[in-house]
Order: sequence, then structure tokens, then C-alpha cells
Amino acid sequence: MNKTQRLGEIIAEHQTREGPLMPILHDVQAEFGCVDADSEIYIAEALNLSRADVHGVVSFYHDFHQTADPRPEVQICRAESCKARGVEALMEDAQAAAGERVRLSTVYCLGLCSVGPNARIGDDLHARLDADRLKKLIETA
Amino acid sequence: MTLIRISDDALARACGADALAAAFEKKGCEVHRVSSWGMQWLEPLVEIDGKGFGPATPADVDAILDGSSDLAIGMIEDHPFIASQQRLTFARAGKTRPTSLEDYEATGGWSGLKRARNIGPERIIEEVLHSGLRGRGGAGFPAGIKWRTVAGAAGPQKYIVANADEGDSATFADRMVMEGDPYALIEGMAIAGEAVGADQGYVYLRSEYPDAIAKMNRALALCADIIAPFKCEVRVGAGAYVCGEETSLLNSLEGKRGEVRAKPPLPALEGLFGKPTVVNNILTLAAVPHILGEGGANDYESLGMGRSKGTMPIQLAGNIKHGGLYETAFGITLGELVNDIGGGTQSGRPVKAVQVGGPLGAYLHPDQFDIKFDYEEYTASEALIGHGGITVFDDTADMGGMARFAMEFCAAESCGKCTPCRIGSVRGVEIIDRMRAGRQRDTLEQQPQMHNTPKQDRSAEDEITLLADLCDVMKSSSLCALGGFTPYPVLSAMRHWPEDFSDNPQAVETALERVGQ
Ligand SMILES: Cc1cc2nc3c(=O)[nH]c(=O)nc-3n(C[C@H](O)[C@H](O)[C@H](O)COP(=O)(O)O)c2cc1C
Ligand code: SF4
Ligand code: FES
Repeated sequence: MNKTQRLGEIIAEHQTREGPLMPILHDVQAEFGCVDADSEIYIAEALNLSRADVHGVVSFYHDFHQTADPRPEVQICRAESCKARGVEALMEDAQAAAGERVRLSTVYCLGLCSVGPNARIGDDLHARLDADRLKKLIETA
Repeated sequence: MTLIRISDDALARACGADALAAAFEKKGCEVHRVSSWGMQWLEPLVEIDGKGFGPATPADVDAILDGSSDLAIGMIEDHPFIASQQRLTFARAGKTRPTSLEDYEATGGWSGLKRARNIGPERIIEEVLHSGLRGRGGAGFPAGIKWRTVAGAAGPQKYIVANADEGDSATFADRMVMEGDPYALIEGMAIAGEAVGADQGYVYLRSEYPDAIAKMNRALALCADIIAPFKCEVRVGAGAYVCGEETSLLNSLEGKRGEVRAKPPLPALEGLFGKPTVVNNILTLAAVPHILGEGGANDYESLGMGRSKGTMPIQLAGNIKHGGLYETAFGITLGELVNDIGGGTQSGRPVKAVQVGGPLGAYLHPDQFDIKFDYEEYTASEALIGHGGITVFDDTADMGGMARFAMEFCAAESCGKCTPCRIGSVRGVEIIDRMRAGRQRDTLEQQPQMHNTPKQDRSAEDEITLLADLCDVMKSSSLCALGGFTPYPVLSAMRHWPEDFSDNPQAVETALERVGQ
């Protein structure tokens, strides 16, 4: 199936729902790793929106990206409770372990605030991280 | 066969509960995955015949089974952390399998909805009003009044929206409801629908909670017939903190940028797709089934203090020894929460600061530990309860750094609609950086064509006055509480720990006085 066909499927799946744009963007992001310009144009046409409308939404939310990044991603919580539990002291080593191979990104709170520092890889959550455990997580991501 | 109970809550899983459950199964035990008791420092917690063992790893399995484990904590229900709570919203915590309809019904589930359907909209609203239940999302607005407004609004189509955007650091009670007792939330939404005449509900759930999304979807599929004709579905957020603000949330549900709308019109009258809409926090809605039970409203109203009625699920987090979920009547002091229940810091060092109410909440000093958990008391101290999250910091915390983070967070999460927040937060970061890095004018200011900028570097006092002034402007002229409340953590940090901002703490105090803070 080519990309346009897949886009068409995703849109068809959600089009009749109230407020279909966010569910569509989530699925497109999950499928292609981004919502690129072509997808924006295609979605806009299907929902009878302008491309600017769709682009405005894509660019507003942290979860949607305009270009795909094929690297594995490790999200590290750097909100207050995880700061209080020492996440900042781990960041330099984490960055070194990640190098260019892994994308480290910041997330503000995973809801595990009494057992931080915490990280998320895909849908897996990891708690009680110290320098060694975080390094291992990053190296095996 | 030995019956083992282990939580399948996201926190327990992140601490290794799945591997532990598998290890018990391998030994031939029957394992029930239940909700979490909320004693998070003990997760993964193993329960056998009411006795607890934690935090356990697969290596502890043999010792736990033969009774020689030193992880034993005795009967869980008798543990002081549990025994001293008043659990209404979290009555089932630790006791039921989250998506089991059988367990839910066996523990009184759906009786609030049945009774609500019998007594009809007017009496439902009367009872919610009588209970004194206030919104648990932060603003503390009486739930009954909101419902009455929506009930009174004209129109065939109305909505119930459950706000599960829970973006504040140190909060996880909404997550625990959705992962541990999802039907309680759904029942609360269905009752709200009954009260206001809405047959469609949405749960706006943040994307940072993959487990809660899966559990809610599962629960909604399983109970569709029970709540019918009320219908409900999950909509997933996309990583924007500001989408917890109700009008931003509604825009997001509609498929728009999550920009805050000016009020009026109130969402109660013109909400989702312009239709009358109840937007309530998860904890508000999950408290409703109990209130609608026989005598529930009276019970609820009899707890608490002043105008803060009932119980609050308080979340203890950060550098705290006994972190977790602590539901209790309003009125408990911060000192009791942090020291007696929380056991002080995890690091064993003295407590330096406590932030209550998430990233928009003030930093409180141990000198203020006798403040009582009550909406009005906190407001009077320039602080807020917010969603009931408490972050403890030990004496290694750098409060200037935390103030900078408050501004940085606001800049990252601002919806961009109004200037004090969008630009003010960026300027706030810059000022704090300059204060801490030797107070040089920035390169732009030093350009010859910048005629209006000062010709000398600013003094410490100048920078501090600028920051205090900026906070004053953000407080008074932001459209929503993101820009409007970000000054609270900043100003409170300046007030209590001026030495973390400047080598001349006196100047900080003078500057705060000058702008009346
Ligand atoms: C920046 C910002 C973030 C908010 N985040 C949340 C949130 O995550 N969850 C929530 O229930 N309310 C949040 N609120 C409050 C909501 O706007 C709204 O008051 C609340 O959902 C109403 O429900 P309640 O009356 O049951 O509290 C936030 C408000 C602001 C200004
Ligand atoms: S204060 Fe910030 S988040 Fe709120 S409306 Fe203004 S720009 Fe948006
Ligand atoms: S602050 Fe890191 S998980 Fe909540």
C-alpha cells in the first residue's frame, strides 16, 4: 500500500467522528513518524480545511513532528518532582551515552513523581533510575 | 493455591511489577493484578492474605512464600499510611481488579448511577450542591453550580468532558483513578450526564499516560451497555500542558490549536462545538458515585473545614521518604503531610522547600508548615492547592534554579495567545540567567543602535526589580492561569530564599517591597 492509500484509510476511519483531526494526526504520526507537508495537504483536503489550519495544529502540539527522526527515542522527565529527586545530575552522562545514536527528549511528568527519576521508551515506563540504569536504558534503546 | 495480589498500575509496572508477577506465577501461585494501595515507596507491593511485602523483586519470591522475607510490613490495612486515611474516592484502591465488572459491582459499583436515575436531575444536582464538592482540577469551583448552569442551558446536545490532562508535576491521582478504578470515573460521568441532560462524554487523556489510555478504552468497551444511553470515548492529548485549561482542552477536542478562549462565554453555556458542556476534573467526577449513594452527600459534607468540604486525594512526591496517594479530609497541615505521613525527605537531609499545586503553585517554607489544607487558607498565603500535588525538596535545592524553571516551563507550554505569558516568560528566564551569571547586559542591548537601553550594566537591585515587576505584570494581565500563576513559584522562591538569587539578599527583599509583593 502506498502512503496516500494509507493516509486515506486513516482518514476514513476517523472522518465521521466529532472532531476527527486530532485522532487522525495521532495515527499519521504513529504510522509515518511525522506529519509531513504532503500529509498536511492531503488531510486538509479530506476534512475541507485549509492547509494552514492543519499546519497550525501540527505545529502547536509537542507530540507531532514535521519530519521523521528514525533514531530510537528516550524521553526523560525533567519536571519539578524528578528534579527534586536528582534527574538534572544524570543528564550529562545520559547525553554522552546517547551521543548521536539516540534521541533524548524532555517530557514534563509521567505521573510517577514519587519514584523518579523516570523515563519513557515507547509505551514502557522506567522508574527509580540512577546513572547506571539510565545509561543501560539508553544504550539498549 | 496461594493467591497473590500485585498492582498493575503504571507506577508499580515501572518499578518491576510485571516481572514479579511472572515470577510468582512460575512458582504456581495465582496472581491477581489489582489497583495500587498508593504506598508508592513500597511498590511493587505483594499482598498475601492481607499481608504486605515490598518493595519486592523476583529474587524475593522464595522468601516471601516461605515466610522468611524481611520485606514484610504486616497487615496492609493496618499500616499507618493507610489506616490514617479517609478514603472515599479511593475506597477501592488496592482491593479490586481495575477492569473487572464483577469486582466493581461487588464493591457497590453502579449504585450511585442507579439511584441517580431514580431520583432525577433536580435532586442529583441538589445533592451534589449539598455535598459541597468543589472542582479538584485547581480552581475549586463548586461542581453543583456548574452542573446547574449546564442543566439550565437550552439545547438538545450537551457534553460531559472529563479533564484527564493532569500535567502538573507531583500529581498522579487522576492516573490512579483511571488505571485503578476506571468505572468510578465512568459512573461519575454518566451521573453528570443524567443531571444535565447530556448523552455524550469525552475523556481528554494526556498522551503521557499510555497505561491509563489502554485501561479506560478497555473499561469503556466493557461497560457500554450499563451506561447506555450515555456514550463515552477517550480522546488522547498531544503533549501540551496548557490543554488542561478547560477552553484550550475544548479547542483541542474540536481539532484546533490548544489556544485558550476568552471567557465569557462560559463552557457551561458554549463549550464543546458551541454546546453546553460540563468540564470537570477526574477526581471531581470520581467523587460523585459516593456522593450519590444513600446518605453520601451528608457524609461528604460533614468532612473537611470551612468551605473545603469532603476529602482530597493528596499526592506526596519529590524528595520524600513515603511518597504516594493520601486521601484525607481537608484541614490537615502541611507539616503533618510532609513530616508525619511522608517521613521527611528520602535523602534524609532537612526539608528546604515544598511546592504545592504543581508548576503554578507557590514554594512554601518549613516555617509555613502549620498551614491547613484548605482552598481559602492557601489563597490567603498567596499559594494554591491546585490538584493536590506536593513536591518536597531537600536543602541541596537551588531555588533560583527552580524559579528559572518555572519561567522556562511557562515559555515552553504557553499557548501563545497573550503577550505577558508568551514573551514575559522568556524575559523571565533571561533576567534570572543574568542575575545568576554576573549581570551583563545582553549583546543586543549593547548594540550602538539600541538607543533606549541602559548604558551601564544593571545593578543587582535593578535586575531584581525588573523580575519582580515582570511577575506583577504577568499576574495581573495574563488571560489564563498559566501566565497568571507562574509568578507564584517565582515570587515565593524570591521571598523565602533571596540568597539563592543574589549575593545581596537584602536587595531582593527591597525589590519585592517596591512592587508590593
Ligand atoms: C494552565 C492550566 C492547566 C490546567 N490543567 C488542568 C488539568 O490538567 N486537569 C484539570 O482537571 N484541570 C486543569 N486546569 C483547570 C481547568 O481549567 C478547569 O478549571 C477544570 O478542569 C474544571 O474542572 P473542576 O471544576 O472539576 O476542577 C488547568 C488550568 C490551567 C489554567
Ligand atoms: S496566559 Fe499563556 S497560556 Fe494562558 S492564554 Fe495567555 S498565552 Fe495562553
Ligand atoms: S515529575 Fe517526573 S514523573 Fe512526575
